[in-house]
Amino acid sequence: MLSVRDLGVAFGAVEPLSGVSFSVDKGETIGIVGESGSGKSLTAMSVMGLLPLIGGRITGGRIVFDGQDLTSLPERAYRKLRGGRIGLITQNPMTSLDPLQKIGPQVDDVARLHLGMNANEARARTEEILGTLRIPEPALICDRYPHQMSGGMKQRIVIAMALAADPDVLIADEPTTALDVTVQAQIIRLLDDLVKQRDLALVLITHDMSVVAQTCDKVVVMYAGRAVEYGPVETIFDRPRHPYTQALIACIPRGLDDTARLTGIEGTVPTVINYPKGCPFHPRCTRAEAICATDPPDFSVEGDSAAACHFAEVADAQSA
Amino acid sequence: MILRYTFLRLLMLIPVSFSISVVIFMIVYLLPGDPIDNLLRVGSSPEDRAELVAQYGLDRNLVVQYFVWIGNMFQGEFGQAIVLRRPVADLVAQNLPYSLTLGGLAFLFSSTVGMTLGTISAVVRHPVLDRFMRGFILLGSTVPGFWLALLLILFFSVNLGWFPVSGAGGWTSLVLPVLTIGFGGVALVARVTRVALLDAQREDFVTLLHAKGLSSGTILFRHLMPHALLPVVTILALRIGWILGGAVTVEFVFGRPGLGSLLIRALGQRDYPVVQACLLMLALAVMLGTLIGDVAQASMDPRIREKKS
Repeated sequence: MLSVRDLGVAFGAVEPLSGVSFSVDKGETIGIVGESGSGKSLTAMSVMGLLPLIGGRITGGRIVFDGQDLTSLPERAYRKLRGGRIGLITQNPMTSLDPLQKIGPQVDDVARLHLGMNANEARARTEEILGTLRIPEPALICDRYPHQMSGGMKQRIVIAMALAADPDVLIADEPTTALDVTVQAQIIRLLDDLVKQRDLALVLITHDMSVVAQTCDKVVVMYAGRAVEYGPVETIFDRPRHPYTQALIACIPRGLDDTARLTGIEGTVPTVINYPKGCPFHPRCTRAEAICATDPPDFSVEGDSAAACHFAEVADAQSA
Repeated sequence: MILRYTFLRLLMLIPVSFSISVVIFMIVYLLPGDPIDNLLRVGSSPEDRAELVAQYGLDRNLVVQYFVWIGNMFQGEFGQAIVLRRPVADLVAQNLPYSLTLGGLAFLFSSTVGMTLGTISAVVRHPVLDRFMRGFILLGSTVPGFWLALLLILFFSVNLGWFPVSGAGGWTSLVLPVLTIGFGGVALVARVTRVALLDAQREDFVTLLHAKGLSSGTILFRHLMPHALLPVVTILALRIGWILGGAVTVEFVFGRPGLGSLLIRALGQRDYPVVQACLLMLALAVMLGTLIGDVAQASMDPRIREKKS
């Protein structure tokens, strides 16, 4: 349904994103994981065609949706896709709705714009979708303002907006990061159900490996604007081959064993202007050797999955 | 909800008006001289003077005078002008329409032109346009009205002869005063509109508006503009009082009748009741402007409506 090949993004002279590839089909969920600053949100903005809004541009690669390349699509045609066939769910529900307008009209917009409905039809559709998202008393909610609702409720409204025109692809950019833990689980389950019921293709952007484990079919691990490992979720979790993926998985808190300490990854993601030469992860990598600082690693492909590490095969040998 | 809010704001005006009335009343007595000097004929004796002072009640205790004055005000009794020897109400009624026309037009001019310029400069972000706007804003907010008035008169009236130098005959006599008073307003409103629009563009929800597939035009007019209007409305509301006050010198320079001209004349003659009435009108205009601004904001922003009522 949606496939991204070798995507590169630049802001002026800096290139925060390069060589990102993934694809997702209907009824499938792909997770894009990585720490903040790894380029996940940029990937989402690129697919939505909203890079010019933040001053960026696509420098290379293709974004193919339903057979057509979006990188060369004119703005007018792109507008029909946005909200129509590709829905976006943003990170912070507290600030993603217009505070001066009631909920109803904000959701109605989508059906009016993309399904050619009049005001009454659009409102009926809005209430129906709010109902399916388990929002109590949709008619009442439509008459409310955003500040009168909780974060979890607002995120459901945002999801309703993304769903209103029955899209084929949903891009959820950290949909639960700003929410309470209890609400996080509800929203993730909701998205998971939607994928199954509506045969959606979901691109789930997150930094939470445990969310990926629960919901995704495939996963792309990103670091410093590059994909470092991708593959089916079982393979990646059972036999991670890239040291960064291994470290991320090690960071998932497990059980109530009070002897276990929470692990983290030493250091921080480099900023765009400081991307290291060679393998971008080598300054933080426990296994790094001389070659890592000079040569960027190629993908070592194995079945459906691949890892960009000089020592991917060594990892295979150890786990075998 | 909005009615309740308006009512509460009106209640708050009561203590404010009281304080203002005290200040206005007392401040004229701090001026050296008094109106009686203007009434005395040459060769009058101190006894004649004392008699006149007593006649206008100026020999009484200030506090007593204040309460007499405020009491009369409550009954709509503005009193008699001491020097001009006419009812103050008549003087005000005669001059107020001129001020309202001038102020109203200047307000309209500065709000429409200012918002248009501000919007254009926020949407078309061009370096040359930006520099021009910055220069214009600097000029607009620093050039004093009376000086601008003189320049305009010199150029348009004396050199080109397009508009009358002074007076209040027909619409042509309004053009230069409106330009003079409106100029600063245009600059201010343009600046506030521009900044507010650029701020609104950076809000998170704008991304989602684009993601819904809305066009940039729709987003600008239906979503960004209402946000930008919030600060603009506040500025404009404060401007209502400011324009009437600012008109004082401009009316004088252009030799137009109006509240400002009346005030300046009355000040020269220490005509207490007239000065007080004029100042009170100006103060009322400022208070009314603030009230209108607050209510307009509350009617536009549901968050304010709830927080304050």
